[in-house]
Amino acid sequence: MKFTSLLATAAMAIGLATGAVAQDKTKVGFVYVGPVGDGGWTYEHDKGRQAVEAHFGDKVETVFVESVPEGPDAERVMTQMALEGADLIFTTSFGYMDPTINVAKKFPDVKFEHATGYKTADNVSVYSARFYEGRAVQGHIAGKMTKSNIVGYIGSYPIPEVIRGINSAFIHARKVNPDVEFKIVWAYTWFDPAKEADAATVLIEQGADVILQHTDSTAPQAAAQKAGNVITFGQASDMSEYAPLPRVSSIIDNWAPYYIARTQAVMDGSWESANTWDGIGPGMVEIGEISDAVPAELKAEALALKDAIASGEYHPFTGPLNKQDGSAWLAEGEVADDGTLAGMNFYVEGIEGEIPQ
Amino acid sequence: MDLTEINPVLLVASLMVAATPLLLAAIGELVVEKSGVLNLGVEGMMIVGAISGFAVSVETGSPWLGFVAAAVGGALLSLLFVVLTQVALANQVASGLALTLFGLGLSALLGQSYVGIKPPSMAELNIPGISDLPVIGPILFGHDPILYLGIALTAAVWAVLKFTRAGLILRAVGENHDAAHALGYKVVRIRCLAILFGGACAGLGGAYISLIRVPQWTEGMTAGVGWIALALVVFASWKPWRVLLGAYLFGGVTVVQLNLQAAGVAIPVEYLAMSPYLITILVLVILSADKSRAPASLGRIFHASH
Repeated sequence: MKFTSLLATAAMAIGLATGAVAQDKTKVGFVYVGPVGDGGWTYEHDKGRQAVEAHFGDKVETVFVESVPEGPDAERVMTQMALEGADLIFTTSFGYMDPTINVAKKFPDVKFEHATGYKTADNVSVYSARFYEGRAVQGHIAGKMTKSNIVGYIGSYPIPEVIRGINSAFIHARKVNPDVEFKIVWAYTWFDPAKEADAATVLIEQGADVILQHTDSTAPQAAAQKAGNVITFGQASDMSEYAPLPRVSSIIDNWAPYYIARTQAVMDGSWESANTWDGIGPGMVEIGEISDAVPAELKAEALALKDAIASGEYHPFTGPLNKQDGSAWLAEGEVADDGTLAGMNFYVEGIEGEIPQ
Repeated sequence: MDLTEINPVLLVASLMVAATPLLLAAIGELVVEKSGVLNLGVEGMMIVGAISGFAVSVETGSPWLGFVAAAVGGALLSLLFVVLTQVALANQVASGLALTLFGLGLSALLGQSYVGIKPPSMAELNIPGISDLPVIGPILFGHDPILYLGIALTAAVWAVLKFTRAGLILRAVGENHDAAHALGYKVVRIRCLAILFGGACAGLGGAYISLIRVPQWTEGMTAGVGWIALALVVFASWKPWRVLLGAYLFGGVTVVQLNLQAAGVAIPVEYLAMSPYLITILVLVILSADKSRAPASLGRIFHASH
């Protein structure tokens, strides 16, 4: 015990010393769940990091650690970053929620920002994007484009963020195509190209001709391309290398403005714990170029839907909507509140299957 | 739930594809371990094979050359392991782990300009008349040639280990390197060859993922298959046919569970997701009740002066 506390003190001392040396520069750390070259989720976060460097130049130093497993390892990586003098640390996966809170307790002077979570503290902010707004546009296109009326959906983990996306896509697919069905497969991974490709292949073999994914790599796109006659949507990043087919559009996460703003806040000393949840309107979620594989008329509809969401005129979760078991959720014209959306753990009426608990 | 949506023929065909990377990597590691060397660098050699194969087949347009390059790439990386453990007599566990870390980093570096490119596809075996047969056509005669290579390699390794003088010598080196040395066998040379073979096989397995199963290049795309291959060799009691069985079980259950999910079977998804690991381990543990054991010199350092 004594020995470990001695080690810890020594480590702290070194950390403080290096922290003191690096005082003139603001040090920003990023913890990534996948490799920066995944072409999806982590790739976009890293683009945000590069934007911070480009914006502040010499005034900032950024560090990142990629492919950090969600669990105790994440805590170790964050602690290391804090000890090395980071002033602001972005932890960019849902599974880092508790590790972030734990580490933040130990380093009250370091600011933490956790993506897609819901636990905050004095020095922990949470931020996320309203991906479900983009899912609404995808669902609309998917519902119109499918010929087999089967849409395959590759889920990662059954967490509210993913379930929101499924519901939003489903609601808007059903709206334009009452016969459409969703087949949902849970991959239980954010990043495993071989498994993601297998999941896409299985869905295609079972009749799906549209594949929506909520995993991070471009593997499902490649699998769809191999199968032919299947359309997909880029997830988290544009994935435009698979356009015009199979990828017909995409949801792009644009973290750069947020990362720059928060880094600025740390520099100014105006940083405060906050809960940011931005969508298409403020530009945190973008809809990637809708390719020519989509008929012009449908493309116009999709863009109109996007604009309506961006202006706040339309909310993707607007009643009347029932839950899966048929019980009423939202009355005619009623809009879902953020609290329910943030903790969403139910499917809407019409989706088959159960959410793994 | 609608099980009729699952097409059993397509299912078997795709489980064979899912199992092949694992089989290739595991059969290579089996030979390495039979020679008494524990190489934990399988994951690293696989990913280097995946990018070498991908890059060369994109540049040349030939998937065949790609697979050759993958084997060479994997073997080259394993050469590093040879230098560390057979020449410098470094610890095998540490060297193997280092090899994996190095391989992951190296492949990310090499692969920078290959993200988002589609590789040339390898023609599937097509024997007029036979490949079109119902059921057995797509299962037995409708795959890419590398899949058959995996099975052939298993048979070859089994036959060589069991029936040939070379196999006997390899096993002798793995069981008791001092005795093998005393008999005049070149322990280090034999082990080097085994390690290179293992590297080449792992490279092929990696390229199978990047060229056929996915097909694309993404950093870290082997995502742990190398570690599963290592575990598989142990659970298969160092027996080639059991490695094949284990790989097919693992690949099979992986694909089956995804199929069951898509068909909406009412089994909790968590159980389905862990089932490949559970079932494979269970079956192989039951099979290994026959007192098979590890090669006696596994992981021990050999030097002729001892």
